[in-house]
Amino acid sequence: MYHIISIHDFERSDLDYLLDRAKEFDTGGYRSRALEDKLAALLFFEPSTRTRMSFATAMARLGGRWISVDSVEASSIVKGETLADTIRVMSNYADAIVLRHPKEGAARLASEFATVPVINAGDGAGQHPSQTLLDLYTIRQSMPIDGIDVGLLGDLRYGRTAHSLALALAHYGVTLHTIAPGGLEMPASITLELREHGMEVVEHADVGEVIRDLDVLYVTRIQRERFPDSASYYNVASSYRITLDLLNGVRDDLMILHPLPRAGEIDSAVDRTPYARYFEQAKNGVPVRMALLHEVMK
Amino acid sequence: MSRKDPSGGLLISPIRNGTVIDHITAGEALNVLRILGITGSTRECLSIATNVESKRLGRKDIVKIENRELRTEEVDRIALIAPHAKINIIRDLQVVEKKGVEIPRVLRGVVRCPNPGCITNTNEPVESTFEVLDKGLHCLYCDWLIKNDIANHII
Ligand SMILES: Nc1ncnc2c1ncn2[C@@H]1O[C@H](COP(=O)(O)OP(=O)(O)OP(=O)(O)O)[C@@H](O)[C@H]1O
Ligand SMILES: [Mg+2]
Ligand SMILES: [Zn+2]
Repeated sequence: MYHIISIHDFERSDLDYLLDRAKEFDTGGYRSRALEDKLAALLFFEPSTRTRMSFATAMARLGGRWISVDSVEASSIVKGETLADTIRVMSNYADAIVLRHPKEGAARLASEFATVPVINAGDGAGQHPSQTLLDLYTIRQSMPIDGIDVGLLGDLRYGRTAHSLALALAHYGVTLHTIAPGGLEMPASITLELREHGMEVVEHADVGEVIRDLDVLYVTRIQRERFPDSASYYNVASSYRITLDLLNGVRDDLMILHPLPRAGEIDSAVDRTPYARYFEQAKNGVPVRMALLHEVMK
Repeated sequence: MSRKDPSGGLLISPIRNGTVIDHITAGEALNVLRILGITGSTRECLSIATNVESKRLGRKDIVKIENRELRTEEVDRIALIAPHAKINIIRDLQVVEKKGVEIPRVLRGVVRCPNPGCITNTNEPVESTFEVLDKGLHCLYCDWLIKNDIANHII
């Protein structure tokens, strides 16, 4: 049985295979009723509109059906049922389980109790492999990933989206440029792990000093909760904001990505430039999730 | 060959049958017992000597457990904090078996994950599981890395 839990579990060849599959789904090279007799359980124990909708869309586009739990209140969690029990029961209803849960490692646990495949749709501050795959997919749509320069900007300390992406990019000989506010730098343990994988990691104090050398700028959210008061938050947030001015002299094919939803990290004026690729990125959630659902249930 | 008097020079008396854990890193005897799940409320008859002089380690701790022979799998986990420990199985006052300890590759239920958001710190029916790496202990559920102070995280 095939579970999709963490990007750490994937070799380069696995990533390439899934990205190739996603491309087939994206360009219509699939049977539209490929999952006709299949039922997916979308268990979302934490709010998430985008991810849940894109899994549901992916299922529908493959002719499959789904059942869902969309909030903790509605579920038996409030009655104290363990996730392990919920998963054992759901395994008897559905052909695959897509899980979003507030606790890190929840998907790993689910895979141990499930008798059907589990896809991790985000476990707290932990892994979110379908997001990483769609990030890679979006980059690969425009350029081969090998050897490019990728900038990661924002909260690189707590933002695990950035960690998973960085780790996946390490398979492709990418040079990583990190740009983070003081106190939100990438943890040394992650940087070490990336370097152990042979990745060149360069830290920058300021996005302006590196943006002209980048192929991809990946912007993540800086959360207000990380700051002692709003003044210091606004101060940092405004100095990390992507504006039109900043884009003077960048490479023609620079891609700006963001996992969305964004707060104020990217000025909306940037949306009209050819560099803005975040909406396309969000759209890619569907073919990537079609590939994952198809892969585990085919 | 005549057996030397095991109590010779020692503060604690010989045991007839059981296990002697010798060459424990000085000061770690109580942590060793904690890892082995032997506490004041379990039945074992114990003698503990700490900070005794040792030719090899300078100072060391020793634990003697009467009427219980520890198995390799249960003892190996103490290698985390006492890598030089020697396990001596005693039968009828004699050392009949002596072995070192080896750090296991995976530790189950030994160390609590320091990440409050980790699924192993909930009421789910799972044991904490850490993979032992050169750089520390890696939680197989949440990817947390414990780099030092391992004894403080022992359950
Ligand atoms: N019957 C016994 N009761 C209690 N302690 C014992 C008994 N027999 C041996 N020991 C203790 O067990 C440990 C190992 O005994 P052993 O006779 O093998 O000593 P050793 O030759 O010094 O071994 P090592 O090289 O491991 O230090 C010593 O600390 C010894 O005091
Ligand atoms: Mg000796
Ligand atoms: Zn953990």
